[in-house]
Amino acid sequence: MSEEVLVEEKTELEERFPEIARDQRNGYEGFIVPADKLIDFAVTLRDEFGYDFLSSVTGVDYMPEDKLEVVYHAYQTTGGPGFVYKVQVDRENPVVPSLSNEFPGAELQEREAWDLMGIRFENHPNHKRVLTWEGFEGHPLRKDWQEPFFEEEGKPFKSRWPGGEVIRIEDNNPFRKNVDYPQGFDPGKWQEAGQAVVYENVVRLDHPVSETAISTDQIVVNLGPQHPSTHGVFRMVVRLEGETVVDLEPVMGYLHRNHEKIGERNTFLMNIPFTDRLDYFNSMSNNFGYVLAVEKLMGTKPPERAEYIRVMMAELTRIVNHLAAIGFLLNDLGAFFTPLLYAFEEREMILDIFEAVSGSRMMCNYYRFAGVARDLPEGVFDQVKRFVHDRLPRKIDELDTFLTNNEIIRTRTIGIGVLTAEDAITHSAAGPVLRASGVPYDVRRADPYGIYDRFEFDVAVRYHGDIYDRYLLRLDEIRQSIRILEQVIRDMPEGPVQEGKPQYQVRVPAGEAYGRVEGPKGELGFYVVSNGKPNPWRYHVRAPSFINLTPLGVMCKNYKIADVVSILGSIDIVLGETDR
Amino acid sequence: MTDMYGKGMLKGLGVTFRHFMNTYLEDIRWLARGKRRYYTEEGIENRKSTDASGIFTVQYPEEKLPVPEEFRFIPFLIYEVNEEGEKQDRCTSCGICAKVCPPQCIWIERTNNPETGRPIPEPAEFYIDVDICMNCGLCAEFCPFDAIKEEQHNGKAVASVISASCKGCGMCNPVCPSDAIDLIGYTNDEIEGMIESMILNA
Repeated sequence: MSEEVLVEEKTELEERFPEIARDQRNGYEGFIVPADKLIDFAVTLRDEFGYDFLSSVTGVDYMPEDKLEVVYHAYQTTGGPGFVYKVQVDRENPVVPSLSNEFPGAELQEREAWDLMGIRFENHPNHKRVLTWEGFEGHPLRKDWQEPFFEEEGKPFKSRWPGGEVIRIEDNNPFRKNVDYPQGFDPGKWQEAGQAVVYENVVRLDHPVSETAISTDQIVVNLGPQHPSTHGVFRMVVRLEGETVVDLEPVMGYLHRNHEKIGERNTFLMNIPFTDRLDYFNSMSNNFGYVLAVEKLMGTKPPERAEYIRVMMAELTRIVNHLAAIGFLLNDLGAFFTPLLYAFEEREMILDIFEAVSGSRMMCNYYRFAGVARDLPEGVFDQVKRFVHDRLPRKIDELDTFLTNNEIIRTRTIGIGVLTAEDAITHSAAGPVLRASGVPYDVRRADPYGIYDRFEFDVAVRYHGDIYDRYLLRLDEIRQSIRILEQVIRDMPEGPVQEGKPQYQVRVPAGEAYGRVEGPKGELGFYVVSNGKPNPWRYHVRAPSFINLTPLGVMCKNYKIADVVSILGSIDIVLGETDR
Repeated sequence: MTDMYGKGMLKGLGVTFRHFMNTYLEDIRWLARGKRRYYTEEGIENRKSTDASGIFTVQYPEEKLPVPEEFRFIPFLIYEVNEEGEKQDRCTSCGICAKVCPPQCIWIERTNNPETGRPIPEPAEFYIDVDICMNCGLCAEFCPFDAIKEEQHNGKAVASVISASCKGCGMCNPVCPSDAIDLIGYTNDEIEGMIESMILNA
């Protein structure tokens, strides 16, 4: 997709919708759409211009202008750059028409925007909080909301230096009141009403009872939050007809810490180690996405060697993630820990490489703006070379023989948890979940970032959309990652790994940027708004684990309850990223 | 159906059987070569190398993995001993580590010379709250004087534990390569005091 086509499209859209205006602010892009034209505009964009993949929906609080803004990022699943459009509403009474009925993928994201930003979405099918709990007071991402033990708007806090009056964290006694309850709220009495809200959606649906079959009562079962199969603290409210799932709703937020608010308090550099903690299996690719977004704003580029090292680390982390995903999926299927530990043997070697390079096995904190933190230490390059050339292909083949044709796995996974290509796109699923449904959409190929346009690799794609295909697709992707790694090792240049002098106070010009990478779990996007100050004005994470849960209900419907566990395992979520 | 049903499962069992046998075969191979595979540096090196096969676990705590040079743990200040035998911090209390620290766990008190009114290039107090530290290594990375470290430098640098900031978490104990740090736990009085304060506040 060339730039001219984009310009043409934009003028055509302007003719079709005279009400819309280009975003004139310095450093901003896209269109500002009036709220009443939003659905019309979005549907036209999808049906006539091909922007069928509504990737990210988020809010920004522009308090000085007394406005709230909802930002939509739409993409074409055939590839190419994105299309940004925004809706601005009044801060006092923010009401935006919901896109969830046209784009079900927006459902969870709009709920998140309501929860954290307080933007009300009209005609939303399930309008309630998602990450914080029902009794939560206020909307934390509003700029005038302050957390308990609030110290200052932005770091670095002035008390640390040169005064140094140390306050120990335990002096802020955890047994003191650190939660603000709404007025007249009694946590002991909350149970009833709060639970009703959770069950509302699954109970609300009207299910016709078959005349011919034996009539059974439908029951509602909670899977989780404390359930070993949920990969963390995650809850699924399931409505059952016998053993068949009639409806399912994910309930999350048990690990919520408002990563985005923390990110707004931090300086740009401080956010890098915090992104490690999102999806703790893939800290390298989390760093990558965030660094790309800020580099877009700063207009810098890393030197060649750093680009190669970045790709090398990102692909290694993809291998780590897929090995762990396959292992845990097998765990969920009942193959208790043997396949997982075989997979972990290789993971361990990659983590050793990460440890030598970055100093930490999982919380790598390795990427920097316009570069990486340090060059590869002596011997690591050879270690990677030996590992990629001699060991990994053999071990992946072994895993393949071990699992792929196993009859138990095949019967438990083939034809289970089917997600059609159409559903996958409308539900904004990304990564392996999308590609296993037959949509060959990979950000590395569709909208190349870094130096991915230089490498030869195939976008792995499978067409049945069931658990088995998601498993096979991950094996395929590991093989493609090995291909990329071989080329990286072949072409790795010498040279500096950091553009200019490393700085702890970076100057980021005002503007917005959306950096996205193909993370191992799906499209990982960072939406960063800067106003020229040391701290970002808005910092939003488009978390693939979170958005890939949107189609969970669709995937589980009409399958047995025992399959729910394996379907969830095949999506491959990490709760650190889901709940943020 | 051309394939025999259960063939895939048998193949898979073959893989586990091979893994199982390898654990013994590898040990026997080492025995035959007259080398020790466990509790030796060579053995650990082999088990974490790319030609590892068989058992690849490490018998912690008898065996410990070598820690790479970049490895990060709790930050500490570095001091030098001058000719008179006095300990001198390399830190000049410039405050960069306190400014760059993401969870803001470093507190530095800088003092001025009472006569000249100029800042003294030495911290009056330096606290690192280890409870909050996220081991990101940014403080060490951006320190212009190499005065704060999260890594060991082949014994060149001496780690000094700042007792005021130590919380007794015990992180430093297992990671210390030379077993130099021994942790003294809380005294009974301290523990009782903590419990009492919890009860009083609850």
